[in-house]
Amino acid sequence: MSSAPTERPTALRLFLVFSRIGLTSFGGGLSGWLLREFVQDRAWLSEEEFLNGLAISQALPGVNVKNMAIWIGYRLRGRGGAIVGFCGIILPPAIVIILIGMMFSALIRFPITHLALDGAAAAAIGLSLSMGITAARRVPRGLFPIIVLAATFLTVGIFRWPLVWVLIVAGSISVGVEYAKLARA
Amino acid sequence: MGKLLLSLLLVFAPLSIATIGGGQTVVADIQRQVVDVHHWMTRDEFLNAFAISRMAPGPGSLLVTLIGWQVAGIAGAIVSTIGIFGPTTFLIYGVAHLWSRNPGARWQRALESGLRPVAAGMILAAVYVLLRSLEGGWLAQAIAFASTGVLMATRINPLLLLAAGSGIFLAARMIFAI
Repeated sequence: MSSAPTERPTALRLFLVFSRIGLTSFGGGLSGWLLREFVQDRAWLSEEEFLNGLAISQALPGVNVKNMAIWIGYRLRGRGGAIVGFCGIILPPAIVIILIGMMFSALIRFPITHLALDGAAAAAIGLSLSMGITAARRVPRGLFPIIVLAATFLTVGIFRWPLVWVLIVAGSISVGVEYAKLARA
Repeated sequence: MGKLLLSLLLVFAPLSIATIGGGQTVVADIQRQVVDVHHWMTRDEFLNAFAISRMAPGPGSLLVTLIGWQVAGIAGAIVSTIGIFGPTTFLIYGVAHLWSRNPGARWQRALESGLRPVAAGMILAAVYVLLRSLEGGWLAQAIAFASTGVLMATRINPLLLLAAGSGIFLAARMIFAI
């Protein structure tokens, strides 16, 4: 497995991969699916490119996975790729959620539906956690990035401070420090 | 009808801008607008829609598509989807474009390496919160950790893993009554 992307997918292929992820990602953790499909299985993007895109997608407003789909699509196929990424990750599951909405009262009568979905949701956390571990391991080297990571985790996860403020404060300090570091180098 | 569609758009488009770090952050606001302010749905109807969005595949924010559909049919679904996903789409598109125009610029590298630890911290924090609020107690948490281990060690198809997690949880609950 080489880390450099070897082939670029066609627009149709890209659409099909995004749709499949949109349609099979029960229980959440969609970004984890994207990492798995685009980096680990197909090597269309390097891990580095993916993690950079993920950091940008999270910092910008908008649903993360939609941002990610546009970012990845654009990287692979420019404007057409961005459109295909957006449509693939949104439209097929949008149709499915309406269909499920129509059948809801029939499905909800069985307690087995709840149990099956709770189990899938638990397993889906693995996708997010393994992506989080990958992202944490590949943080730029040095003490400062680790402090930023730990402070973000503590303030958001444990103290439950508002995400937006943590992002603005931690993000600008961290980016400012990196910028100064690059200016000196 | 046109007025209803317009108010759906006017409710969801601003919320779209507020979704930083994931769509789940605005669910409470959506509920307030849809149930308390506009009376488009009762509380129970909203909770059902939320439950459906949790069980359906795809982005959780499709909750809004479902609300639009229940309030105003297909047109409502389309307008609400555009509202929640539309405005920020142009933003990320513009940034992706800017990125490819100036590869390797200093501000770009500073943003990337500066934001990566923040993103990693946010992802891990979200996972931590999810793990604590998981339906199904220690068994569900054990499945979550086992699934993480398997994903990191193997190249298994995630769908297979979800099916296995679902099956094990179901079996443990129904047969062994854990």
